[in-house]
Amino acid sequence: MKQQIRIAAGQGFWGDLPDAPVHQVEGGPIDYLMLDYLAEVTMSIMQKQRSRDPSAGYAKDFVPLMKQILPACVERDIRVTANAGGVNVEGCATAVKEVARELGLSGKLKIGIVTGDDIMPRLDELLGRGVAMRNMDTGAALDTVRDRIQSANVYLGAAPMVEALNAGARIVITGRATDTGLTLAPLIHEFGWAIDDWNKLAAGTIAGHIIECGAQCSGGNCQYEWRSIPNLAAVGFPIVEASPDGSFVITKHERTGGWVIIPSVKEQLVYEMGDPRDYITPDCVADFTTVQLEYEGRDRVRVFGIKGRPATDTFKVSISYSAGYKAVGTLVYSWPDAYDKAQAADRILRGRLDRLGLKFEEILTEFVGANATHGPLAGKPSTDLPEVQLRVGVRSQNRADVERFTKEIAPLVLTGPPGVTGFAGGRPKVEEIVAYWPALLPKTEIQPKVELIEV
Amino acid sequence: MKIQLVKLAHARSGDKGDTANVGLIAFSDEIYPVLVREVTAARVKEHFKGICKGDVERFELPNLGALNFLLHHSLGGGGTLSLMTDAQGKTFSTALLRMMIDISEEEAQSLDLA
Repeated sequence: MKQQIRIAAGQGFWGDLPDAPVHQVEGGPIDYLMLDYLAEVTMSIMQKQRSRDPSAGYAKDFVPLMKQILPACVERDIRVTANAGGVNVEGCATAVKEVARELGLSGKLKIGIVTGDDIMPRLDELLGRGVAMRNMDTGAALDTVRDRIQSANVYLGAAPMVEALNAGARIVITGRATDTGLTLAPLIHEFGWAIDDWNKLAAGTIAGHIIECGAQCSGGNCQYEWRSIPNLAAVGFPIVEASPDGSFVITKHERTGGWVIIPSVKEQLVYEMGDPRDYITPDCVADFTTVQLEYEGRDRVRVFGIKGRPATDTFKVSISYSAGYKAVGTLVYSWPDAYDKAQAADRILRGRLDRLGLKFEEILTEFVGANATHGPLAGKPSTDLPEVQLRVGVRSQNRADVERFTKEIAPLVLTGPPGVTGFAGGRPKVEEIVAYWPALLPKTEIQPKVELIEV
Repeated sequence: MKIQLVKLAHARSGDKGDTANVGLIAFSDEIYPVLVREVTAARVKEHFKGICKGDVERFELPNLGALNFLLHHSLGGGGTLSLMTDAQGKTFSTALLRMMIDISEEEAQSLDLA
């Protein structure tokens, strides 16, 4: 058994720095590269893409990335875990297989694919048997949005990924799997951790939580002494250097920018946290109040002491449904009296929307430069502001009403308060809202499936 | 004397649906008890008046010298439903750091804040 495994994070979200995974592979020794592509609403976007093109529905960027780094991964024995499969894991694997063949890697690697997370085809059967999947936030019954559902996927944990790694997969591609599982699975595989060794599973889960947002633990978005952070232009993405006992070090490659310091790790630990004693994943319940941190050198923070508890008997389900339409329009007002003018323009706009008889579920006005981020906490805006952006958003089930709203923004330039610009983008775009419905499902309902594809 | 939280702590915030979470991290172990004493759930609810429309929950992480706050019904419906510039609550962290708290001159001196 290896005494140390280095897992590198290559993407904090779909659309993160394109070269980050390449730098992780080429910047120094690593054993695994983990790539998180799926935000909460990503699945519905992919579902839409697949409905237009049956070969689509996965993170397209993953394929050219594999083309770029696969030879090095094979040569240096680096394995990849990625939830790039979206709603078309097989399609993603097929594309990667083709690329691997083009690179002359036939017979040199296996691709593991994990499916079984998609419960869209089973929704009526599950609802029919009384599996309610009520909204975890509101308690509402799924029936209320049944006809508007666009995708429904269970968050799978590390276990099926471990199975794929145990079977010799060089690349593991999943659909909806937890981002923490992408880090935990290699640790279970390499160190032979028992599936009920809760402290170790919790440690691997928290390691995953720290690196799953990429550079957000290594200097990116770091409030602590932010002016002093070195060379963010060449920011190093994080690496977990894990030991069999469950302790690990967060670090990054040498000669990269950013920093790994205790405050930067703490900031990421508390990110998107609920009850810190109950961080629930499919694999375990991790207790963030047991995390201990200490320095182990420059850009090296050791994490240890983590305790966990048994996993729950439910999976989280991520359901997306169509929830109407929205649009946001903006205009910029200049000194003098920029804020007053923007406020006047908002009153005029709302008067016109009223006269048109348009009904919206919500109209929100913000004044960027005055109160868009901190609201009333920002205090009364200075009368001398150089400029203020008026930003008005509307939401409705009725597309035509939202469409009509978008035609009322630019005319304000010729029919409203003076000193205004910033309309060059034309009419605002009407967006379809795909909303997120979190729910729970008994684990016994789901059978994850693991397959290996020989290249 | 009054002192602003930005002098005592750093923070990061994010979202889960319509709930914003704010993790508040003390600059030192000595400062952490001051945060525990002063930055209560009730005070945070009052601070975010007009922004947080639900309850505020507070959790303690003494091991990190940190407090975690959940601000329910704060993000205009959350996720894609929200019309807010900051639909993900990313700037709730710095909004919390605007809070003014009371500490005695003595305590400020002992914490090197005076």
